[in-house]
Amino acid sequence: MTNTSRLDEIENRLRAGLLRGLAGDSVAYRAFLKELSTHLRSYFRKRLASLPDEVEDLVQESLIAMHNQRHTYDAKQPLTAWVHAIAKYKLVDLMRRRARQDVLHEPLDDEMEFAVPSDDEANDARRDVAVLLDQLPERQRLPIVHTKLEGLSVAETAKLTGMSESAVKVGVHRGLKALAALIGGKK
Amino acid sequence: MKTDDLVTLLATGDIAIQPHTAAKRFALALGLGVGVAFLMMLGLLGLRPDFSEAIKLPMFWVKLGYAASLAAAALLALVRLSHPGSRLKKAPLGMALPIVLMWLLALYTLVDADSAQRHELLYGASWGACPLLITMLSAPIFLSTLWAVRGLAPTRLTQAGAAVGLLSGALGAVVYSLHCPEMGAPFIGTWYLLGMLIPTLIGATLGRSLLRW
Repeated sequence: MTNTSRLDEIENRLRAGLLRGLAGDSVAYRAFLKELSTHLRSYFRKRLASLPDEVEDLVQESLIAMHNQRHTYDAKQPLTAWVHAIAKYKLVDLMRRRARQDVLHEPLDDEMEFAVPSDDEANDARRDVAVLLDQLPERQRLPIVHTKLEGLSVAETAKLTGMSESAVKVGVHRGLKALAALIGGKK
Repeated sequence: MKTDDLVTLLATGDIAIQPHTAAKRFALALGLGVGVAFLMMLGLLGLRPDFSEAIKLPMFWVKLGYAASLAAAALLALVRLSHPGSRLKKAPLGMALPIVLMWLLALYTLVDADSAQRHELLYGASWGACPLLITMLSAPIFLSTLWAVRGLAPTRLTQAGAAVGLLSGALGAVVYSLHCPEMGAPFIGTWYLLGMLIPTLIGATLGRSLLRW
């Protein structure tokens, strides 16, 4: 198979997964995000060769960013262009952030890592999302815990927490936004 | 947390989205911003006294069309800049065209006029106030447009900020043209343009800090 047709195949598969996800298909969306995360990992790993610790944080931050802004994907555009633009934006954002911090604080590792894990291996990010979740205010944390971790519906969550359904939806959206900011170390 | 767990978290629950989110956001923001700017113009400045007569003159519509076409081009650019991976394509050309056409018209008017009229054609009676009043009227539109773009995903923040500024400046100029009695093309090509460029510059300068996500 030629390289071009392989890229086309990836584009078509990812795009179909996202479009089905945008229409509400959770299974397709999950498969889309999973494959997307492997592409993001290899993209960031190539560009952050000197900062391997940052890769998984950036993968997770980008995933949340793409999830939160998924309504900005225009189905008429190639999906890879959309993904690439956001990944590049998050990478440049990280570089700017690091450039502002004291570069000399970066520890010099004595032990060289010889075994580089493969790109489809999902790693732990340094900043644990589960821990970061606890830092969110209740009105954001509870909607995420109930709808996203326990799999309850919006209506059930609303009943359980005494929040309105729209407050639950807003809480999920704002909470994920805040999580992305926490992973990125912006707060 | 493992990335796979995060993926599961993100994919669980109600993930469907409403279509046309961006269009709805822009419609709401522009409606609100222009509405407030219009009320500010009515309350603080008032319609031009000869309004009912002026709307019969072609130059009234040339002036309004000039600002409106710049606003349309800026909106097109802004929509593209708010969607990752979209290209600007001909949007910059659409911004340059009204400016160049107005300059050509201004040049023709100045050449055609005798030297005594030229000063009047360029400076009118309100050249000092015009850019500042357009900037003032653009403020509510600037804020509402900024809100719209912050809910989208701009990746070129300086350009997106400039487009927010130009869009609000051009719509501010549309609203201002209902008050302003100046009709000289040299006046419009200079002071109206300056009034639109002030918010553009503000947007470009603040874009990186205001639009970061």
